[in-house]
Amino acid sequence: MTIYIQGIVYLFSINLISVMGLSLLTGFTGSFCFGQAGFMAVGAYTSGMLTKLVGWPLWLGIICGALAGALISIPIGLPTLKLKGDYFAIATLGFAEAVRLILENLQQYTGGARGIPGIETMDSPLPVLILALLIYILIRFYVSSTHGRSCIAIREDEMAANCIGINSPRMKTISFFVNGLLAGLAGALLAHYVGFIQPSMFGMAKSTELIIMVIFGGMHSVTGALFSTIILTSLPELLRAASIWRLVAYGLLVVIIMVVRPEGLLGSWELSPNNLKAIWNNLFNRKQSAREGN
Amino acid sequence: MYILEIDNLSKYFGGVKAVDDFNMKLEEGSITSIIGPNGAGKTTIFNLITGIYPPTKGSITLHGNSILGLPTYKIVDLGLARTFQNIRLFPNSTVLDNVRAACHDMANYTVLEGFFPSKRRYEQEKRIKERSMALLQTVGLADRAEEIASKLPYGYQRRLEIARALALNPKILLLDEPAAGMNPEESQNLMDFIRKMREKFALTTLLIEHHMEVVMSLSDYITVVDFGKTIATGTPKEVQNNPEVIKAYLGYGDKK
Repeated sequence: MTIYIQGIVYLFSINLISVMGLSLLTGFTGSFCFGQAGFMAVGAYTSGMLTKLVGWPLWLGIICGALAGALISIPIGLPTLKLKGDYFAIATLGFAEAVRLILENLQQYTGGARGIPGIETMDSPLPVLILALLIYILIRFYVSSTHGRSCIAIREDEMAANCIGINSPRMKTISFFVNGLLAGLAGALLAHYVGFIQPSMFGMAKSTELIIMVIFGGMHSVTGALFSTIILTSLPELLRAASIWRLVAYGLLVVIIMVVRPEGLLGSWELSPNNLKAIWNNLFNRKQSAREGN
Repeated sequence: MYILEIDNLSKYFGGVKAVDDFNMKLEEGSITSIIGPNGAGKTTIFNLITGIYPPTKGSITLHGNSILGLPTYKIVDLGLARTFQNIRLFPNSTVLDNVRAACHDMANYTVLEGFFPSKRRYEQEKRIKERSMALLQTVGLADRAEEIASKLPYGYQRRLEIARALALNPKILLLDEPAAGMNPEESQNLMDFIRKMREKFALTTLLIEHHMEVVMSLSDYITVVDFGKTIATGTPKEVQNNPEVIKAYLGYGDKK
């Protein structure tokens, strides 16, 4: 594998891990999170500093990065998760910006805006890719479990969910915790892929990019989030020849999908043997009926 | 022994006394109705009982235990289920998933186990599905199980909401205007259905309703409220002949 392809696989896997958390929190639990980059920054700096400055091994740093993302989600989530819709989005946005500014200003530890160079890097993207796909499968299992159904009920109508005995603060906190864990993990992996971190990597643009991936693929589909992560991670690379126009193409594609298919690429469709069989039958029967028509 | 007792329940929104010293006792297995003109505070009473609003004062006891200050989901766990005046389904979920969501008590695998497949999970999920399908059968929606809830016709949405409430195995069912928007034939079907449910699930039912023929034929007891105040209670016959009730509904007469 060339370094170039390796880089794309790294980026895709890291994005996918972060997007899976967001898909659970925003797509399935209905809490619109606009501060994903903040949680990634916490994971990235935790792992980056522990491995570089304290000298911990890489794998331990990554685990600690993920845990840091999960732990920070609890004090952030408890007061903000009762906020409705837009207010929660703004609160998470504020959190992410606060994290970025704190990292910029704690110069003696974080290197300020110049960041931390020379972080240990990983040898191969393969374990990261396998981990990301495994997380996709775990999230698929979760959203189809009784707990996943409770999350969906909260997304659809929180008061009605409470009235069927669902403890909505608990379920939302769990989704927020899992999202924090995955964002922290993705951040730590990003630090050890690039080998260098600085606060500007975790700005609003990153949060926006990730939430677009969830919406683009279909808010109610984990598979949709997987597909859109593939498309939106590789598209800027495929269009590299078009230089600055590739960003225009990216934006245009997102606008077109939102206008033509507001429910996202896949809507609520999931990849499963039964659903694939349904498509197969559909195609087959259509051919057959066309033949009968002749 | 009363299953639900409400004493001096009041809810003020600023200067507006939405509910003022409301009293009610529910006999186990009875069907009781709350009636009254629009804006009389009926739905507010339901919201107070289910813990959606905290009351200004008063007490609510279920089986002799106070449920005041408990969050909604805990009150529901104690055996209280409700429907809403303006139907609140999970609109983008399937009919089956609407009912399945209410069966979460039948699954006792942990959140962590939710991320993995297991035999225990598979068996519990199977039981949840069977029970949900049985409930859909009871309300006549079994053949629509895979449809999206918001695409159902109005009358079916009401039934689905009742099925979802019944999935909780409630002891008390609160129905907020179940016959709203139904024609006489549909409300007749609904009445038969409510009677059937009472027999089948040994339910105590509390009903808010405007259709008088539904109220009069179904109820064992009726409480009439107006401007937050209780103006009459009794059997349907007693209430029908109560001059205060006639006044609230029809205004002052010339002769009386």
